[in-house]
Order: sequence, then C-alpha cells, then structure tokens
Amino acid sequence: MLKIAQSEFDALRRHGEETYPCECCGVLLGQIEGDERHVSQVVACGNTRGDRPQDRYNIAPAELVRIQRQGRERGLDIVGFYHSHPDHPARWSQTDLAEAHWIGCSYVITSVEGGQATRTNSFVLLGAGEDDKRFGDEPLEVVEEQVSVREFEPE
Amino acid sequence: MKILIPTPLRQYADKKDAVEVNAGTVGEALTHLTSHHPELRRHLYTEDGKLRAFVNVYLNDEDIRYLDRERTPVGEGDTLSIVPSIAGGSPDL
Repeated sequence: MLKIAQSEFDALRRHGEETYPCECCGVLLGQIEGDERHVSQVVACGNTRGDRPQDRYNIAPAELVRIQRQGRERGLDIVGFYHSHPDHPARWSQTDLAEAHWIGCSYVITSVEGGQATRTNSFVLLGAGEDDKRFGDEPLEVVEEQVSVREFEPE
Repeated sequence: MKILIPTPLRQYADKKDAVEVNAGTVGEALTHLTSHHPELRRHLYTEDGKLRAFVNVYLNDEDIRYLDRERTPVGEGDTLSIVPSIAGGSPDL
C-alpha cells in the first residue's frame, strides 16, 4: 500500500504535464511502516537522459545523494520514485524493470496523454535481489491530509 | 566515518540506516561494512569482486569513480553514501 497526500499526488502528476512530451522523474520521501510506504513529500528531479527524454529517464546519483541527505535531516527516507510515460500506459516496462534496483520501494508511473495526466499507478519492487526482482501491483491511497511523520529521533 | 545505507539494503544491515566504521580508504570502509554485514556483499559486488555497475558510492558529494575509487582516502568526519541507480522509461514500440 502506498499512501500519499493529495497535494503531493497532484504535484507528481503536474510534473508529468509540465515536462510533456518528455518523461518527468522524481523521488518520494517518507517512511516505510511494515508493508506500507507513506509519502510525505515528492521531490522533482532532472532527467539526465537528454539523448531520448521522450521515453527514457535517469536521475543523477549526485541528486539522489543530496535528496537522501536532506531527507535524513528531516527524518524522511527515500521510499520510492515517480516518473511519467508520455502517451504510454501507466504500467511498468521491461526498461523500468531492468533499471529498477530499489527493492521494497514504490515506483509510481503516470500516463500523460496529449499533455494531460490520466492514470497514475504504483508498483512495488519485490524480490531478494537482481536475479528474482519483479514488480507487484500496489494499491495507491490518496489522503486529504498530510501523511503523519514520526518526529526524527536522533540515535 | 559514517556509511549511509539506502532503503533497499537496510534489511541486510540489521535495519540500520547508517553504520559507523574506522577506515583509511573507501575500500577499507566497504570491507568493514560487508565483514560486519556479510549479506550486503552480494548486493554490492559482482562475483569477481567488483562494485556492481548500478551501485553508486559517493564520498561526501563526490562519486568515487572520479576520485581514486576504492583507494580514495577517507577521514573520520567523512560520509559514504551508497545509492543504487534509478532510471527507466516507456515501452519500446
């Protein structure tokens, strides 16, 4: 189950409309509670695939490092990622699976058709490693209020 | 120094998000990490002992590929970040 505040859900969909006809991408920050991922904040990222941004995306590792550090300062973890599929279904592709390595995290995909965000689906990356990784459909719940965040407790 | 463990690898590091190690180089730090948490090794390294291509290791804000890789010196106040790559795309026609 992926829980995400309405404001953040709208933001990731809007990002896909803004970058159309190119793919957008970004990070989902929040906390993992058992089998649930709670998203507190979405962070828009740049797509470094300048060679074919219409159907490929890549987030610079340096940007991930920065986002991970800033999230950690606020008690937030990277719980997943989002990207868009311009004029393609909101469903993971073989490319998405081949390039997915964050097992246990959510991959949110929005279909943007003709510049308008339509369907948004979430998938969780399952498996024990590269040899058996697979995507599973994940229920996505949009909540009106801000998803609660545990206060950061320093070690 | 501190090694930050990404979300998908914490289950192999006693659920820790960070591990403290004493080391003189990046390689030593990663060796200490995988010695204390052996299950991490196969997720970080190939069978011939090389860091997997999708595993990015940053010393503070620098990719070790552009420093001296595992030979890069590290100090007490440094932070190593392990971040698997994130990429993908629409289906090929």
